[in-house]
Amino acid sequence: MPRTVTIGLNVNGIRHELNVEPRWLLVDVIREVLGLTGTHIGCEHGVCGTCTVLLNGETARSCLTLAVSVDGAEIFTVEGLNRGGELHPLQEAFREAQGLQCGFCTPGMLMLAHELLRENPKPSEQEIRESIAANLCRCTGYQGIVEAVSLAAERAATATTGTRS
Amino acid sequence: MATTERQWIGKDIPRLEDPKLLAGRATYTDDVKLPGMLHAAVLRSPHPHARIKRIDTSQARALPGVFAVVTGEDAKELTNPLPAFCAEPVVQYALAVDKVRFVGEAVAAVAAVDRYTAEDAAALIEVEYEPLPVLTDPFEAMKPEAPKLHDPLPSNLAFEKTLSFGDVAGDFATADHVIRRKLRWHRASAQPLETAGALCRFDPLSQKMDVWSNTNMINFVGWLIAGTLKVPASKLNLYPMYVGGSFGSKHVLGKVIGIAAMLAKRSGRPVKFMEDRVDNLLASENLACDRYYDAELAVTKDGIFKSIRVRVVDDYGAYFQFGHGTHGNALAQVTGPYGMGSFEYTVQCVLTNKCQQGVFRGAGSDAANFCLERLVDAAAQTLGIDPIEIRRRNFIRPDRFPFKTPCGNIYDSGNYPAVLDKALDMAGYAELRRMQAEARRQGRYVGIGLATAQQRSVYGPTEFWFWYDAPGLTSVPESVGLSLGPTGEFIVTMFSPFWGNSPETVVAQTVAEEFGINPSQVTVTYEDSQHGLPGAGPGGSRMTVMLTGAVVGASRKLKDKLARIAAHQFEAAPEDITFADGRATVRGVPDKSLSYGDLGLKAYWFKLDLPQGMESGLEARHTYDHPYLTKPSADRKDLGAFYPMMGHGAHIPVVEVEPATGQVRFLRYIAVHDVGTIVNPKSLRGQITGGITQGVGMALYEQSAYDAQGQPLTGSFMDYLLPTALEVPAFEVGHVETPSPFTEYGVKGGGEGGRMIAPAAIASAVEDALAPLGIRVDEVPLTPERIVSLVEAARAS
Repeated sequence: MPRTVTIGLNVNGIRHELNVEPRWLLVDVIREVLGLTGTHIGCEHGVCGTCTVLLNGETARSCLTLAVSVDGAEIFTVEGLNRGGELHPLQEAFREAQGLQCGFCTPGMLMLAHELLRENPKPSEQEIRESIAANLCRCTGYQGIVEAVSLAAERAATATTGTRS
Repeated sequence: MATTERQWIGKDIPRLEDPKLLAGRATYTDDVKLPGMLHAAVLRSPHPHARIKRIDTSQARALPGVFAVVTGEDAKELTNPLPAFCAEPVVQYALAVDKVRFVGEAVAAVAAVDRYTAEDAAALIEVEYEPLPVLTDPFEAMKPEAPKLHDPLPSNLAFEKTLSFGDVAGDFATADHVIRRKLRWHRASAQPLETAGALCRFDPLSQKMDVWSNTNMINFVGWLIAGTLKVPASKLNLYPMYVGGSFGSKHVLGKVIGIAAMLAKRSGRPVKFMEDRVDNLLASENLACDRYYDAELAVTKDGIFKSIRVRVVDDYGAYFQFGHGTHGNALAQVTGPYGMGSFEYTVQCVLTNKCQQGVFRGAGSDAANFCLERLVDAAAQTLGIDPIEIRRRNFIRPDRFPFKTPCGNIYDSGNYPAVLDKALDMAGYAELRRMQAEARRQGRYVGIGLATAQQRSVYGPTEFWFWYDAPGLTSVPESVGLSLGPTGEFIVTMFSPFWGNSPETVVAQTVAEEFGINPSQVTVTYEDSQHGLPGAGPGGSRMTVMLTGAVVGASRKLKDKLARIAAHQFEAAPEDITFADGRATVRGVPDKSLSYGDLGLKAYWFKLDLPQGMESGLEARHTYDHPYLTKPSADRKDLGAFYPMMGHGAHIPVVEVEPATGQVRFLRYIAVHDVGTIVNPKSLRGQITGGITQGVGMALYEQSAYDAQGQPLTGSFMDYLLPTALEVPAFEVGHVETPSPFTEYGVKGGGEGGRMIAPAAIASAVEDALAPLGIRVDEVPLTPERIVSLVEAARAS
């Protein structure tokens, strides 16, 4: 039997010590070992971005990442976005602008949008399109997603202005 | 047209489906895990056509962690052939039996402790093949002397038929012009981001087979799947799953279910098989039609269309799963929104060494729209009539509905000039043409496209068999259960799964409309097939019509009981009870009123307050059948009404083509649709923008290509190109609402129109852009290579 390696991962703020085979993909560890099935598998060759998670704060294809290669990393998945019964403002914006339909690409899109708004709180439509073009959506035609990210950015700006005044 | 004042139908409420999808908490097929569950992997054929001489699975079986290996021999023993919706003897098993007929066909499958081990084991299976002659060109394949893919067939021409309606010969003889085009529509693939899959659990003692799969027709063809799996229909239970997109590609999924079921039987463990992307691209039920058109339009010198004659060769690939259903589909609207009096349609369905066709959004009507609209543009050019004007001259007038088409299909309602006017208005058409003229002066290739086309909805099953002389099935129902609990809360049960559409929102809005409550107060749930009522599931743009119909029917039954309880309490007549604002009230007597909570409590807990003889509880179940389906005549001169809820759309894409690189960029995209009464504008807009995006793919990028040796060229998303957010513009979507006279609230289906119309419109725009070079567009997708070669050919001549 293949040997396993012990790694540490902090996933959505919870620390795990895991024995993994060297060839296991991060997405399989997230889904199969940790049971966090919100991160989906779309193509397993790094094109569709459905498996996107935040790895030490940066978006990463978890289907192209070996779990052993990220020992000690902080992973953030869709399950980390909302706590309890409240949706995260980004999720709320996706709901209002209908930035989803079947929901399969949605967790990955939320990760992209989360990173974009952190790096660029007031993105233009073109900047949003360039960011989300990293991932594929087969349902929406992207329009609702672009509007959702825009809406989330506007609201965050209003909220910030509100606190300052 | 004025619509009745409604409280919830037509409102942009947030979807009920969204919170769990946004939180990553919906359960898709791959998210289900059972104790002792194994994972499957499949070995696929590298040959397009070969005899399987020997399979050695011994090394695979010897690998630790492997529980079962199955091959075509097991398929013969454990299963029957897959369900096929055709009469021809084209036999297909979940695993290839004796022969492989396309690259990617499943040859063997393994169940092991995890997917990694299963893949390792699959790689250890040795197969000896004897290669056979390969047929990739349908015109070669259909020749009588060509080697046959299926021995029981007389030739690879699996089906051939001409259907003719009205005086085609007369209309062509008296026409001033006959416009003829040879057109090519390549095969695309639905490619939902979730692949197809199934988890099967088999109990050998009871013979019970439990199936968790993203298949659709759980309460429609479940008994056929039971036949394939060799279990009694009553012992097969299909669980409805959240589905990560289908677009028509997950209707049956006999292959994945069959593979998982065989392995479950052999291993004695639950087995999950999820296709990977290569499986899905090469071997699923994803592929759309692949057509060669030779089409003629008979037209008068004034630009009036008299008749259309279509000859189409369709490359079906290796099997004939849905038969010629996609051509039946096309006949629903083959004459488009135009009032011509006759048509003739000849179809030749050819089998070749490629993966079989399945269904993809549009289902054959997408290609038919492309064919007709190309002819219309060609007629406009030939006669020197403006493309807008020629369409106006031929539109069926709004006062002629319900309109009977030459083949007998009915168009329920429509206002085509209004749709076109709105699109032109939104586009600012005259200004667009001025902008184009200016761009041309600067040497830019800007084009303005137009397509005005039909989007049929709510299919009738006669489209699968009216080509034959013998009759076939006529049922396509959909059901719901509706209950009001003792606390006054509504629960709706559906019998078809969430397929990436918005069924929960639709039923909640309908219950809210019927009872005067808020849609957020409605709980929606799904039932498995052992507890199911008849339901054909999503497909053919039917769900919004069928679910509103089923909910209204169930609501009537429930209201009837509620009215009798309230009338009994108030000593009133049941017909005087009204339902609004969460209460049942005696008409005109506001203080004689009971809340739904009061009524629920009575119905479940206070038997002695109920009218004599009434059962406790408040539940209604309703099966809604196709609202307007009629039988084809025996001589097939009249096919009956089979797709009568007829939507319509007008698309105006504005593109700029770069002749040197073949790149097409959208400057604008205007789309106006009329799908009757709108239930939820936002979810409809999503269907339209998503559909157009798939149409952009069809028009410019997506092709499931094979080389001349039958090797697939598009086995990954690096080669099969789906549009990203950068390939599509912000769409400008408008609506016209012409209610259907046949459905509840006047709803029509809107799920496919975007993809059905966009390729025709984009082809028109690219042709218009390249008009200064005299280029004709006869083929989609218009990949950069195709555009560059068109430009080079035009410049050389």
